[in-house]
Order: sequence, then C-alpha cells, then structure tokens
Amino acid sequence: MEPSLARYIWKHTRKQQIWILMIVLLSMIPYFMSFDLPKLIVNGPIQGKGFEQPGATLPFMRLHYNLPFIGEVQFFSGFQLDRTETLLALSLVFLLLVVINGLFKLYINTYKGRLGERMLRRIRFDLIDRVLRFPPTYFKRVKSAEVATMVKDEVEPLGGFIGDAFLQPVLLGGQALTAMLFIMVQNVWLGMIAFVIVAIQIVLIPRMRRRLLVLGRQRQLTARALSGRVGEIVDGIGAVHVHDTSNYERADIAARLGLIFKIRFDLYQWKFMVKFLNNFLAQLTPFLFYMIGGYLVIAGRLDVGQLVAVIGAYKDLPGPMKELIDWDQDRQDVQVKYQQVVEQFSAEDIIAPSIGALTIDDPGRMTNPLAAIGLSIADDGGAMLLNRISMQVQPGETVALVSTATGGAEALAEAFARLNWPESGKVASGADDLLELPEAVTGRRMSYASSDVFLFQASLRDNLLYGLKHAPLTSVTYDGAAADQQRWNIDEARRSGNPDLDIHSDWIDYASAGATGPHDLFEAVRRVLDAVLLSRDILDLGLRSSADLTRHTKLAGRIVELRAALRTRLEQEGLRELVVPFEPGAYNMEATIGQNLLFGAAAGPELADKALAANPYFASVLKQAGLDRRLYEMGMEIAEQAIELFADLPPDHQFFQQLAFMSAEEIPAYETLLQRLKNRPYETVSEADRAMIITLSFAYIEPRHRFGLLSDELMSKIVAARNQFYENLPPELQNAIERYDPAKYNAAATVMDNVLFGRVGNNHPDAPDRIRSIVYDILDELGLYAELLDVGLDFNVGAGGRRLTGGQRQKLDVARALLKRPDFLILNRPLSALDQRIQDKVLRNVLEQAERDDHSPAIVWVVTSPAMAMMFDRVIVFDSGQLVEDGTHETLLAENGIFKELLS
Amino acid sequence: MLLKDEVGMLQRVPLFSGIEPAKLKLLAFTSDRVNYSAGQILFRQGDEADAAYVILSGRADILVDSDSGPIKVAELLPNSIVGEIAILCNSSRTATVRAASDLEALRIRKDHFLRLMKEFPEMTIEILRVLADRLSHTTADLIDARNG
Repeated sequence: MEPSLARYIWKHTRKQQIWILMIVLLSMIPYFMSFDLPKLIVNGPIQGKGFEQPGATLPFMRLHYNLPFIGEVQFFSGFQLDRTETLLALSLVFLLLVVINGLFKLYINTYKGRLGERMLRRIRFDLIDRVLRFPPTYFKRVKSAEVATMVKDEVEPLGGFIGDAFLQPVLLGGQALTAMLFIMVQNVWLGMIAFVIVAIQIVLIPRMRRRLLVLGRQRQLTARALSGRVGEIVDGIGAVHVHDTSNYERADIAARLGLIFKIRFDLYQWKFMVKFLNNFLAQLTPFLFYMIGGYLVIAGRLDVGQLVAVIGAYKDLPGPMKELIDWDQDRQDVQVKYQQVVEQFSAEDIIAPSIGALTIDDPGRMTNPLAAIGLSIADDGGAMLLNRISMQVQPGETVALVSTATGGAEALAEAFARLNWPESGKVASGADDLLELPEAVTGRRMSYASSDVFLFQASLRDNLLYGLKHAPLTSVTYDGAAADQQRWNIDEARRSGNPDLDIHSDWIDYASAGATGPHDLFEAVRRVLDAVLLSRDILDLGLRSSADLTRHTKLAGRIVELRAALRTRLEQEGLRELVVPFEPGAYNMEATIGQNLLFGAAAGPELADKALAANPYFASVLKQAGLDRRLYEMGMEIAEQAIELFADLPPDHQFFQQLAFMSAEEIPAYETLLQRLKNRPYETVSEADRAMIITLSFAYIEPRHRFGLLSDELMSKIVAARNQFYENLPPELQNAIERYDPAKYNAAATVMDNVLFGRVGNNHPDAPDRIRSIVYDILDELGLYAELLDVGLDFNVGAGGRRLTGGQRQKLDVARALLKRPDFLILNRPLSALDQRIQDKVLRNVLEQAERDDHSPAIVWVVTSPAMAMMFDRVIVFDSGQLVEDGTHETLLAENGIFKELLS
Repeated sequence: MLLKDEVGMLQRVPLFSGIEPAKLKLLAFTSDRVNYSAGQILFRQGDEADAAYVILSGRADILVDSDSGPIKVAELLPNSIVGEIAILCNSSRTATVRAASDLEALRIRKDHFLRLMKEFPEMTIEILRVLADRLSHTTADLIDARNG
C-alpha cells in the first residue's frame, strides 16, 4: 500500500477530486451573484432609484455586453417592468439563487461524502485483502481484536477527510490569499504586519501540533492494545476463572484505561492551548492595526479611509486561515492514523495475489507425488523442528507418521498444508514448489485437518460445506428491485476497487464432494458424518432443536404418521406407560401444571417461564377459572416444603438441580416472602407477590415431586382453564404461544417433543434412552432419518464452535476434510480429544471409505498412538527432527528400531 | 405414594432408621421414584454401580450368574435396600436384581448418597453401625460354618 495517504487518495480519486473542484468553482458564480442582489433590491425598487417618475419602467434581464473590437452588443432588450414588478422579479431571482446555492451545496456535500465512503470501503477492503495474504508467521504476532479495530475504527476518520483532501486547501488558500492581497493593495506596511502574523501562525501552530500528533499516535496505539486485551479476556475467560485472575485482569484494564485517560487529557490540554494561541494571534493583528495604523493616521502618514479599508479587508482573513490550519491538523491526524495502520499491514513474504486468484474451473487432479526436499522447519525461537528431511508420498498411498515427543511429524504435516513455511528446502508437488501452486489447486485437491480446529459461528451445515466454497459457480438472476439493487452493488463494488463476486451465488462445489447438486449432496454429507461417527451426535442435536418448517417440510407433513407409529411401537413392545400423550381434554400427569395450563409451546417471551404468572391475561384466566387462589395456596405449600428441605444447604449444593421450583439464589427471597405472607388473607396479597408464589406451582409434577397436592377436581379445573385461555386469547398473544394439536406439527416445540407429543414418564429411569432409540428406528423406517439429520445440521455451533464438545469439533473438521474428496489427505493428530477406541474406529472408516471410492486419495496421518500405524501401507518414524525409519509395518517391526520401542 | 409416606418407609429400613426424618425427607426428595413391571431388570451383574434402591412395594429377586445360568440367591421385600455396598466401595454390581412383581422403588443416586453422608455425620455413623453390625453377623456366621 502507498505509505503516503495523500498519494493513496490522489491515485484512486484524481478524476473525482478535479471534478468536484470544478463544481465548487462553478458554484462560486451564483454564490457571488447572491451577494450583490440585496443591494440591488434595496437601492432599486425599495428606495426607488430609477423609478423617480410615476409609471417609470426599467428593463429587466437585459443582456448586453461590451465586447472588445466589436463594441456594445445587445442580445436581449429585457422586459420593461415597473417598480412593484421589479421588486417582485428581483425577489424571485433572489429566491432562485438561494435554491441554486442550496442545490450546489447539496450536490457538493453528497459527492464529497460518497467519495469518502468509497475510499473508506476501498481502504478497508485493501486491508482485509492483505490479511488474507499474510504469511502464517504474521498471525503469531498479532491479536485478532487489534486487527479488527484497525480495519473498523482506525481508518474510519479517513472517510470524512478524503472529500476535503484537496478541495479545502485550494479553496481556503485562495480565499486567504485574496484577502491578503487586498490588504497589501490598501497599504503595504499594514499588509506586511498581517503577513508577519500569518507567517508566525503558519510556522508556530503546526510546530505546537507536533506534540498533538505524538499524543494522537499514542492514543491510537493504547486504544488498539486495549481492544487486543479485551479480545484476549473474552477468548481466555476460562483461564481467567480457573486461575482466579479476574482481579489481575481488572487491574490491567484499569491501568490501561488510566493511561488512555492521561493521554486523552494531555491531548485536550494541548489542543485548547493551541487553539487559544491561534485565536490570540488572529486577534493580535487588529490590535496592531489599531495601534500602529492609528498612530500613522495621527502622525498624518496614513489616511483614515485606507485604515478602515484595511481593517475591513482583514475581516476576511482569519476565517479561511483558521479553517486552513484546522484542515492541516486533520490532514496530519489522518496521515498518522493511516501510516500506523499501513505499517501494521506491511509484511515481508506477502502471498502473491495470483496464489489466491479466483478459479472457477476444476483444476484437475494432483497426480504427482508430494515431496519434502531437504526440508527444514524452525519454530519462532529458531529451534529446528525438522532438519533436512527428504521423503515422498505417492498418490494413493496411505502413510502413518509416527513421532516421538520431539519428532517433528506435526511440523511436516503443517508444511504439507502450507501452514508452516520452510526455513530451507521445499515442499513440492512433482516439479512445482507447493508454495507457488495456486490455492485453487492445493485448497481443492488437498485436505488438512488437525487437532486445532477452527469453526465459524454458523450452522453445522455451513461449517461442513465451508471447504467446498471456492468460487461462485452459478450466476443468480434477479428481477425487479432486486435486479436494480444487484446492478448498484456491482457498480459500487467496482468503484471502490472491491470484487463484485456475488455472495448469494451457489458457492458449493458439488462435484468435488461427488455430488451433482443440492439434491444428492446430502448422501455425501451423510457418508462422511457416518465415517467420523458424528451422525448420532447430530441426530441428537436435531431432536433437541426446533425445526425450520420452511426447510424441513417433510417432517411437518408426516408428523401425524410419526406420532401414530410411535404409539403403535410402544404398544407392541409393552412400553405404553413410558410416554403419557398430550390430549386436549385431559390432564397430563407427567407434565408440569404450567404445561397443563398452557397446553402449548411458548413461541415468544410473553408466556415463557417466569413471565407466565405475571402475564395479566393469563392471571385473569386463572381468576375466572377459580384457580388463582388454589394455585396460590399450592405455591405456598411448595415454598414451605422447598425451604424446609433446602434452606440448610449451601447454595452450590448439587441437590439444587433436583429443585425445579426455584434456584438456590432465590431461596432467601422466598424465605422472607413466606414469612411475610403466612397467615395473611389471600385478598390482601399484592399482585406481584401472588405471581411470585403462583409461579412455584407451575413447575409441579405430582409423580416426581410427590407432595400430594393434586386432586381430580383440581386437574379438571386446570383443563377447563386451558380451554378458556385459548377461547379469548387476545391478538397480541396469538403469536406468543402455539397450541398442541394432535394433527399438527408444533413449530415452537423441539422435534423430540413433536414426535413424542407427550411427556416421558418420570418413574422410568431408562425411559429417555429407550424412547430415543425407538424414535430413531421409526424415523429410519419412515425415511425421515435424513430429514432429522438435516435439522441437526441447522444447529449453530457458536463462537469458535464452542457449543460443540472438543471431540465433536475435531470430528467435524475431519468430515470437512473428507467431504471434498482430495487427492492428498493430510491429518495431523486429528482426533486427539477422543479416546483411542473411537480414534481407531474413525481411522478404519476413513481408510475403508478411501478404498471403496474410485478416488482413493493418498493419506498422510500423524497418529497419536504408534499402534494405529498398523493399518497403513507405510510407516515413517520421526525422532528429534529427523526421519529415522521408513517402511512397511512389518519391516519396521522386524528392524527392532525406535518404532518397536515406541510400540512397546 | 407421597413423599411423607416414603419417609415413613425409609425409617423402616434399618440403615436409615436412626436418621432424623427431615434428612430422610431430603434424601427421598432428591431420589427418583421408579416403577418396574415384573421381569424388568433394575441392574445387571458387572454394571457400574450408580445408585442404591429402596423397595417401596413389590418383590425382586437377586440373581447371580453361574455356568448353568442365573441362580436366585435371595429375595427382596418392601423396606429393603439393595445395591448400597457397591456404591460405597466403588465396585461393580456383584449380582443382578430383577423385579419379581410390579415394583416401586426409590432410586438413590450414588453422588447424592455420598454427599449426604459427607454432610450429615450422624447419618454416616448410623450407616457405619449397621455395616459393622452386619460384618459381625457375617463373621459369626463364618465361625459357625467353620465349626459346623
């Protein structure tokens, strides 16, 4: 990137800068005309100059000019207007000029704003583009939050400056120069005084501002470091709590904030100091004019008219001067910011743009062996991880890399994945240096998965298919407004030097997964998920989440069939009592009272959890049904029992997990509430207290809690209240609840709840597991297994994939690597979070699948346990950065070398 | 059967008989009430021990695997506890327990049981007393068997 901001701006906006300058100059014409007009109006029609005779008229809009050589030429003789008409006409002209000036201003400001925003977009894109091309070592040094703040915040002020970058100095400079010249013309000596003061301003103020610039730079750096630290705290929050270092972090942040405060306060002090001086100098000139000029007048060396003219002319000088100095301040400020950012974004060995160039066509298979030639790799401290290794992996070959603790096999795998660049020697594919091959080849024909997995905060599906999104493969056609929007998008992207690739295009490279389109991609996905043993986890996720009905129509369409199949199945196996189904006219003993009252799934916050008892409509339904008092009494009973049972336990006691009614933190509040309300008649209890108590009853399940609070009469009242609730449901609550309907899919409930359409009995300890496996069976029988897997794939994995377990993340990473059916599959201790049995199973699956496929890739697997090496064609052993053994499993065993030692 | 009835049942279990009712109520509340029909297995020999069971109603058989199939070694009646030894000494199940009729039981989870013992030493002492008692009985039986 250009080191100088001015050059960067000039390079990209030259034409626009000149154009806007022309427009500004053009706008001067009506601007100055509007100065002259008030005088014309006052002197002419108002004071009556030229209209001395009654009925006199004057020509209006007469166009006549004195042209050289030709003499006076009249183009238009004008309209003859009387005094009133002239007033009207001139006033209208004044209005017209106001409008024209306003429009010019509007155009100029919009144009400048747009110019700035485009440049901002360009700069930001350029910065990110660089991030995408930095060598791997760069990322060991920078904190992601710092990069983010540079791209987002630090370049922001540049946008505001760019429109004025060249315009402002030209205009203001011109104005100041004119005023200066005018003073000079009036009186040279007084002019000299003004000039000297201006010169002092020009020299002194920027000098004083140097300190401002230094402080500004410090402010930028400290603020950036702060965002880096904040990012670190968020990412490392686990470590903070584990080590009780939250107060250390508090101290660190407080110290940083203190430093930032000091810098900013210094900045303010200097800024206002400079302002004060600047104003003082500007005011000093008139003082000198009055004193010296006045003296000259008294001495008779200057006449009064001249002095007044000079003072009058001087009025026009400080304004532009001040703005010019402010502009210069802005310029230096943004220049510093720009430089700071550009410095951070400069690195040696930046990856050439051609490596990451967009390639639509399939690059063709890598048929050459993958080789390390005299490869040495050093860590950041300079220690050698690999020392002049030479080896080759043939296409289709399966190789286990076995390594002692300091072996270096991982570094080799990273070098194959281009994540670790050679210190000397090279990694090559045939005759080509791997680092010089475009990513379109290595990123599509090679795959890499390691124990260090990164997932994006998106659905499982998006993460899984991420490895297929190399290029926009379809061109989307847009209609109507969307088409206009798309045209605008492309046009603007080009104007800011951004690529115009369409993010809404289908980026998924189906062919590389062995599919032909979205319809059969799922088969490939299912195959890799089965291979890494992730399908079951995803099915479980699917059961526990609510399905998006626009996508999973099959599930909703066949829900009645599913429910019936489950009933029949439970009946057949004699497990009917495991699930108590929801029936619109009956109380469900295994569900809570709240669930029985609502008989639906809350779709919004209004009727969910704790808000339910406080909802005015719900409270009114309870009252009508005569339940409010009953449930209140029940709540009191529950509160008493719960407090009796739990009051003595420490709040972190694991028994609190059993207490569904209240949390450990709420116990003291309920204790005081109970004391206050005990023996108080129900009528005198406030609404809020009632809600607090009634809420407790909502969580009650008789077979589970066994307090003996439920009677047949109460149950039938609850069912009646349920019907009343739905009869008069006010419109604002219509979307807050979705009623259970035996014939309909309930979008607000989870898939499991939808299939069960009831509650699992609390008295059967193994019921949930048995039901789950029956549900899977039924889904499979009805051909809905894939649909459920698809629901599970909607699961959002959270920031960095943290909503998945470490093992699941690693499995997903391997699945992603498998999905693109590479020619070389590099796996770097990919499943270290899983136990050995599962690792072996996944390994076998991966090898089997590779064999079954006509594609059979070469597999290089850095194994976590030497025993795994048995399943590979070839075993390579590393020790202390050296390749020490290379051969088949049998030959290495026979050799009695390190491998055998490692195995025992 | 309600919580308070369960407390009454627990009091009749020798292991718990000396423990004050409030603690027993907490134990009952934090335990799961489980139902089995005849023939269902509560746990199998060799399983990891994760809970003890107090029989509230119905009967259960204790079975031990042998070469000729499972042999019934004892029968459990209401108010008896089963599986408590395995959760105390972290071993796996030494026998299989199968419901002989429709069965209601209280399932006391291992971690809850241990936590209660830790929190209420009087309960631990009571349990120790019962276990020591059993041990002396067993020893006496052994001596009898040797002498006989």
